[in-house]
Amino acid sequence: MNGYPVLKGASYTLAITPDMVIHNGTTQTTEMIVNPESEYLKELPNHLRSFEDAVSYIPNQVYIGNAKPADLAATEFPFYDKKWENASRDGKYGQIMPEDEFYGLIQICDVFELVMLEKSFAASVKEKLAAQNLLKEDQLAALDKNSENDDAKIASLVNDEHAEPLYFEHKLVGAVKRAHDVDVNLSAHVMLENLVTKASNVLSLIELVKKAGVNPDEVDYVIDCCEEACGDMNQRGGGNFAKAAAEIAGYTNATGSDVRGFCAGPAHAMLHAAALVKAGTFKNVVVTAGGCTAKLGMNGKDHVKKGLPILEDAIAGFSVLVSADDGVSPQIRTDIIGRHTIGTGSAPQNVIGSLVADPLERAGLLMTDIDKYSPEMQNPDITKPAGAGDVPEANYKMIAALAVKKGQIARTDIANFVKEHGMTGWAPTQGHIPSGVPYIGPLREEVLAGETKRAMIIGKGSLFLGRMTNLFDGVSFVVQANDGSAANGGEAGFDEAKVKAMIGQAMREFANGLLGSEE
Amino acid sequence: MAILNGKKVVIIGDRDGIPGPAIEACVKTAGADVVYSSTECFV
Repeated sequence: MNGYPVLKGASYTLAITPDMVIHNGTTQTTEMIVNPESEYLKELPNHLRSFEDAVSYIPNQVYIGNAKPADLAATEFPFYDKKWENASRDGKYGQIMPEDEFYGLIQICDVFELVMLEKSFAASVKEKLAAQNLLKEDQLAALDKNSENDDAKIASLVNDEHAEPLYFEHKLVGAVKRAHDVDVNLSAHVMLENLVTKASNVLSLIELVKKAGVNPDEVDYVIDCCEEACGDMNQRGGGNFAKAAAEIAGYTNATGSDVRGFCAGPAHAMLHAAALVKAGTFKNVVVTAGGCTAKLGMNGKDHVKKGLPILEDAIAGFSVLVSADDGVSPQIRTDIIGRHTIGTGSAPQNVIGSLVADPLERAGLLMTDIDKYSPEMQNPDITKPAGAGDVPEANYKMIAALAVKKGQIARTDIANFVKEHGMTGWAPTQGHIPSGVPYIGPLREEVLAGETKRAMIIGKGSLFLGRMTNLFDGVSFVVQANDGSAANGGEAGFDEAKVKAMIGQAMREFANGLLGSEE
Repeated sequence: MAILNGKKVVIIGDRDGIPGPAIEACVKTAGADVVYSSTECFV
């Protein structure tokens, strides 16, 4: 046995937020500023999906675990015009929440009384959320604070007090107030963005308890890896979304911190978690993130132009529990790590070399020894119509090309390699969300079922977007089937019977030596 | 290669395709004058 940390459980959640697409996605908010009379803005509402359509969308069913990645691969492209037959909002790994309930959850996650909901809307949301059995009575009671909030009051907050509006089915139903008069980092816009990421994070943390059977009291540490920043004017990225979300989700014995790295954030956070567990610092570490409003409808102009529904209508979240070796769960090989270093450069060949080929070579593995690669798992239904291509496939082709260059596969095997070692992307384009980690849930199941023995999770990040560096970034790690030796209760490399035999042999030799010296 | 020699070039790279700096390095060897280069992220 080797004592590698294990993937103990994973949860995945979506909140379908069509009104937020219009009012909070940056493609739309930018268009409202630069071209408010545009055809796109006029057409947009006609392209928003119903909650039911978003639930039955096959990539979403894969995300929450009701369908498998192989089911999507077997689906004829495109996916937007097809439905998953047994679709449900409730999934094996989590759930899909409608927008009205999500607004209620946002208010429950707001501990500074910044969120106001119209009273009848709040009452209806409370009832729906109570039926979900996600939250405690005292948490649901936060929705009772809206008894004075009529339409006029909500409208006044938006029109006169710089609050951000919340719409449901195109009707104003709530507002998020600013948290400071002049501090831009506490503006209503930033508070809404941060409360959304917190609420979607909380939803995933709660589903990790409900669906993966995690005991929140046993979690020692929580790492948030989203792409938002919270803080005031004196510390814009002060942070700790992790602890803020874990508090609401009831992880009472945990502390935590935030790890950032653009889309590569989750893969970095997984390395942090694995290292903390392997070092024995903590036994149970949760890596978690909520989604972002900004990317809602990011490629909407192309979707509308091509007559498609707006497919970027979901706020996503995920949580993964990394624990000490249990002898059963898939292990994270903390000694097979890919790194895009400062000296790696930006050429795609170098990037994939540093993240895939180099760490495998160091470990004496071939690229064909990895059963499945999980790089950027963006759903091609979203990216292809927008001209960004099939992102996972592009990654697989580059991995295959490197395998050819290294003489590990023949040039004619590239297509087969992509098919056998790749997957069709199912994750929403929520930045960090698709970056390697959507596969952890299905991977855990596949490994436990003996279908997959070894996989690689790859996170990549566009650091240059922050205008601090032109660098790209990425890290990767290998997950393998557990050899089961930890189930014997031993430490790494410890075989009790063997040690007893060795001690017995040594004692016999010692005794014989004594007898010999007396003669 | 001569088609880029002495030409001013604007580069928009793709984060999951060919990024700006890689295109920049190529076109400079062909004698181009890079006036703008950036890499965009569409995901």
